[in-house]
Amino acid sequence: MQTTLQKSSAGFNDLNPGHHPWRQRLDALLNAGVSAGADLVEVFLERTDHLGVLAEQDKITSVGPSFGMGAGIRVFRSGRDGFVSTNDLSDQGLEEALHQALAMLQLNASTLASPSSFDGLGPLRDYGSSKNTWLDSTPDLVTITQRLLEGTHCLQKRGQHLDVRRGSFARDWQEVLVAASDGTFARDIRLHQSSGLSVLAADGEHRSSIARRYGSSDRPDDLCHWNVDASAQEVCDSAAKMLRADYVDGGQMPVVLANRFGGVIFHEACGHLLETTQVERGSTPFADSIGESIAHSAVTAIDEGVSGGAFGSISMDDEGMEPQRTVLIENGILQCFLSDRAGEMRTGHARTGSGRRQSHGFAAASRMRNTYIDAGPHSIDDLISSVDHGLYCKSMGAGSVGATGQFNFSVEEGYLIKNGQLGQPVKGATLIGDAKEVMPRISMCADDLELAAGYCGSVSGSVFVTVGQPHVKVDSITVGGR
Amino acid sequence: MTNAPLNVRSLQDQLQSLARREGISKWDLGASRSSSASVQVDRGEAKQLKAAQRSSITVRVWNQQGLVGITSTSDLSDSGLEKALMGAHQASEFGNPDDVPGFSPLATAPQPDLHRPVQEAQGIQRLLEQLLDAERQLLGRHPAIGTLPYNAMNEGSSERIYLNSEGALRQAQRTQASIFLMARAEESGRKPRSGGAVRLALGSRDLDLSGCIDEAAERTISHLNYQPIDTGRYLVCFTPEAFLDLIGSFSSMLNARAVLDGVSLSKPESIGDQLAVPFFNLTDNGLHPAHVGAMPFDGEGTPTRALPLIREGRLENFLHSEATARHFGVNPTGHAGMGAKVSVGPDWFEVSRTPSMNTGADHLDHATSVDTFVLIESLSALHAGVKASQGAFSLPFDGWLVQGGERISVEAATVAGDIRELLRSIVHLEPESVITHEGVSPYVWVDGLAITGEA
Repeated sequence: MQTTLQKSSAGFNDLNPGHHPWRQRLDALLNAGVSAGADLVEVFLERTDHLGVLAEQDKITSVGPSFGMGAGIRVFRSGRDGFVSTNDLSDQGLEEALHQALAMLQLNASTLASPSSFDGLGPLRDYGSSKNTWLDSTPDLVTITQRLLEGTHCLQKRGQHLDVRRGSFARDWQEVLVAASDGTFARDIRLHQSSGLSVLAADGEHRSSIARRYGSSDRPDDLCHWNVDASAQEVCDSAAKMLRADYVDGGQMPVVLANRFGGVIFHEACGHLLETTQVERGSTPFADSIGESIAHSAVTAIDEGVSGGAFGSISMDDEGMEPQRTVLIENGILQCFLSDRAGEMRTGHARTGSGRRQSHGFAAASRMRNTYIDAGPHSIDDLISSVDHGLYCKSMGAGSVGATGQFNFSVEEGYLIKNGQLGQPVKGATLIGDAKEVMPRISMCADDLELAAGYCGSVSGSVFVTVGQPHVKVDSITVGGR
Repeated sequence: MTNAPLNVRSLQDQLQSLARREGISKWDLGASRSSSASVQVDRGEAKQLKAAQRSSITVRVWNQQGLVGITSTSDLSDSGLEKALMGAHQASEFGNPDDVPGFSPLATAPQPDLHRPVQEAQGIQRLLEQLLDAERQLLGRHPAIGTLPYNAMNEGSSERIYLNSEGALRQAQRTQASIFLMARAEESGRKPRSGGAVRLALGSRDLDLSGCIDEAAERTISHLNYQPIDTGRYLVCFTPEAFLDLIGSFSSMLNARAVLDGVSLSKPESIGDQLAVPFFNLTDNGLHPAHVGAMPFDGEGTPTRALPLIREGRLENFLHSEATARHFGVNPTGHAGMGAKVSVGPDWFEVSRTPSMNTGADHLDHATSVDTFVLIESLSALHAGVKASQGAFSLPFDGWLVQGGERISVEAATVAGDIRELLRSIVHLEPESVITHEGVSPYVWVDGLAITGEA
């Protein structure tokens, strides 16, 4: 039996300018765009290799490889932009895409609207040079399937009343080459891997479904270090506690949100509103609040792309800029927005290495990377004991934010707090609110900051992110329940 | 552009030749190609203009042991196709021997004529003019409407192909256009409010622009006067869009794949069970004339058809792929994707009232009723607040508290319940069915749903 799937890190479609005359081709393309009158032209080239594997009960039920390539060409003029994406990387395909993007802005290459101000691409910044072997260093299918089956076996061993046991793995490899008429010329290779376990427990009319996902970037052998048994134990513990849990009674109450994925509250409630995309749309209440208090003084919040191995870390953003550690809020005071190239052009907020996109099919936009509330001075007990009647959210589900800043997220595992003590488990809670009201109510932060991997869907598609926080206390929030 | 129509015969010949060389006797292929243009505007200016050409293929291969492997790619070059075939062959070594999909027995059956004439594109500059005009009109409807943070107008064409080594060959083309307007309004000292509307059509010339503007304006303005709502249990009326969103989120209870996987509320023996009140009917009708995105066949080449799922409250059919249909001893229903493990999903839901049956609550009408009730206009965060395998939901919503015929917008609230209880607690389906962009449904009345507000 063959044990490895063909991987596509090298060959005819290589994006490495050392192997293929990309510099000459892109120089010509960018020159044509600028000569036609564009203020700026950017080309994003991409190759991808994806593998998804699913184990159910004690069998591998799906192996889904895919690979692809494409280009996104963006032309700016007077603050407007035209964007065209294509799967065709031939000279003809790229030229036609450029002409289409120019035509959107009523420019065309034959008019030579302005003399070329393009001085050629700068030296290649190759962040991928040390990563060329990463794809080949990832585990082969035999190893992947063994690890997943080990996972579903551990679930069987650790759990009770489990109707469904699943293990899943996803590997996303991406090679990108970014070239722009401001001289930007940069290449990178990204590797994201995630593995997860999920169960559906059932006993009579009682049901609980629990899932956990673990993700990393830039660590080819990460799957080999996954503590499958500990993950299975965590999932089974949670499923057992929630199986017979009552539905929570809704109302206004204080909540304590656990660390790691509890950070989704900041991500949804505030993080999106600090992207210049939202400033451009006029949909953030914080557009004119730099230097002002927008949160409780206990809150310092950071977005960065530099934590080693974190799911949202990047060597360069999708516009070729190195990421930064961006302090968004310091002691409650708004310091900075997350900005991309278009955001800087249209709002004046300086780029922060936050221009991100799912693929060549999307224009980059200002997006979060690893986003978290910083650790505070308190213990978890300090937070719990300060609540007379409220909710402890140990595990969070997904969330979202709307056009007016109204956010929501679901609670996967919750416990009542009564007289400063944790009480019975409850399920079915959804937390809602808006950032302007909730951020000043995050009044206590514990000292146990941890991060968790996630996916964020927004204007430029789904990107890999990290959320995080220590345990935090929100003085009052609407808890939707029955 | 190089995104020319897919050459089916060439793909077929190429794959046949490659498969023969590799000793692969059974394979199938799904391919798609699309081309689209879209515009967004911001306060009188073009914000972004976009165009995309996309193509992709998915190849499935059955190896000598009869196991299935799959690979997908956007690389339609000769080398891309060869690599996809080889990748699928290698992946087949890990195929599941207990659940091997086969060719649909209906992959060569006659397919329906959908009567969806392909429409000519207007071009991106015309889209831009129309969207700028729509924005101007909507901004002018009320002084509190300051921006349209989410707006887009789009037109495009797409093509889909299915072919297999036993000679099945399906090909379909369609065009589609859409406009989406979401307005944000804010009055001094009050919270910002929003409302939106969407319209679909086969071509951008046919889009109901004025209807979309009117609806977005009306919805936005109607939420300016808002109040918190008391937490409690209420008589609730769902708009057709909201109810279709909710029932769609629980479609796993109608999905044979989910049933076999054990993640559905239904069991294989649930056919015939009374799921809902007797005057409730649900059909998946991918052939409905208003279904702009209709395709005549699914990912396995099975023809699209109307399938009654719940009739007079009883579960009548599941949605099927070839593999699940074989397991249940029925025909596939035209709801399959393509995969080593084939996904199954709904197409276009049509909710209706049993014609001869009175609900006993004909006095309930969302426009005229003087009862106290909550009218739920739209549900949010379905991806987060629906636990499909448990039947539970807890969802933020936009809507109004209606008392004595007067509507007051609800400031911020959630609605929660259990879908099984909800289907059994429907007290009324209004007589008029409303065609929406995602299906057909009347206004649906349910008693005793839990609502949590900020009061």
